[in-house]
Amino acid sequence: MEWEEPAIALLAHPYGETDSLATLFTEGQGVVRGLVKGGAGRSKGVMFQPGNILKARWVGRLPEQLGQFTAEMVHPAAAAAMGNRVGLATLQALAAVTAGALPERDAYPDLFDMLMRLMIRLPEGEELLPDLVRYECALLSDLGYGLDLSACALSGATGDLAYVSPRTGRAVSTEAAGEWRDRLLKLPAFLCGGEDGVRTDWLDGLRLTAHFLERDVFGVLNRPLPAARVMLYDLVASLE
Amino acid sequence: MGGPEIERLIQLLARLPGLGPRSAQRIALKLLTQPEMRMLPLAAALTHAAQAIKPCRICGNLDSRDPCMICTDPARETNRICVVEGVADLWAIERSRGWRGFYHVLGGTLSALNGTMPEDLSLEPLLARLRAGGVEEVILALAATVDGAATTHWLADRLQSSGVTITSLAQGVPMGGSLEILDEGTLGNALRARRPV
Repeated sequence: MEWEEPAIALLAHPYGETDSLATLFTEGQGVVRGLVKGGAGRSKGVMFQPGNILKARWVGRLPEQLGQFTAEMVHPAAAAAMGNRVGLATLQALAAVTAGALPERDAYPDLFDMLMRLMIRLPEGEELLPDLVRYECALLSDLGYGLDLSACALSGATGDLAYVSPRTGRAVSTEAAGEWRDRLLKLPAFLCGGEDGVRTDWLDGLRLTAHFLERDVFGVLNRPLPAARVMLYDLVASLE
Repeated sequence: MGGPEIERLIQLLARLPGLGPRSAQRIALKLLTQPEMRMLPLAAALTHAAQAIKPCRICGNLDSRDPCMICTDPARETNRICVVEGVADLWAIERSRGWRGFYHVLGGTLSALNGTMPEDLSLEPLLARLRAGGVEEVILALAATVDGAATTHWLADRLQSSGVTITSLAQGVPMGGSLEILDEGTLGNALRARRPV
């Protein structure tokens, strides 16, 4: 059996001397692993660099087999991001979170579409961070751990939402937060339909989604938040 | 097939890069047909190399001398250090005959995806060399991969306070490379890094 799908390369590990095991996020099949014959070589090594957007073809005798990938390059996102430090760290964080969080072979077409748009915009660097946070919110939502940012969990107010409860993932308004504000996570305005904001807002957003990814997605798998995601936050924080 | 000694020899040979069981069988047979001429000198050379060759305490290169021949070569430019991922990359640059400075073997590249962290790399000896003074330029000659580029950015950040000039290798069209067969990423980077003629 075989299929052909638009795909985003997430990971590639060496397998033997000449091959590699690639993890791709495809539009219709979700996250899929496969063997890349000659994947350790130059031409295919370039092709399966994380972030690259591909037209991937998978061939296997049975659907549950590892199978083999071949691909054509659609957009060399990895090469385009190499000159931008934040863009590169964003690429690594996106790839690590997506590969680690999503179950294999379940399609998430909306997430795929969001991730593909992000990968194309990697050279923008820091400007991309609000959309990375939005992507992580969508990922949490698709996995059943969505944040409820529609109204204040305490007062029901829909305006002036400034915090999120780290326990329930529900928004809290400034007034209702009161003396508990130090125990709450800051909610950046760009997650409530506001402007993209500045670096402090992006850091608030990164802290917010990191908390829920760590607790609800990676915690239940007994894994820490991917190092690439931690390093992205540290990098952005160090730019201040 | 031919006793446990031959089986063991074939097994060990088959573990070497580029060799499978059939190649290992051929090599074992070739060695065994003329043991005095091929096998014993090879065994002696392997034993000697295993005992004599060590990583250089300055740059990390493999050599029977410590410091290595490159670090003790008086004809080298002492004010430039080329940082490479591994000894294979050092040998590749030496083959190019385009570099007359010193080296530093980093021992890998950062890979947040695969879990290679800063503490796994040989950074402190490089910083110590820079602190000792006399170095004007550090060239970061790492792989043109996502991990290599991430390591280049990270190293540049760590070395910035040392006050030396930090450069990285150019990326572009290889010698003899026709544009139509180049991958899109290399071609795109070559266009972005174009220069006046």
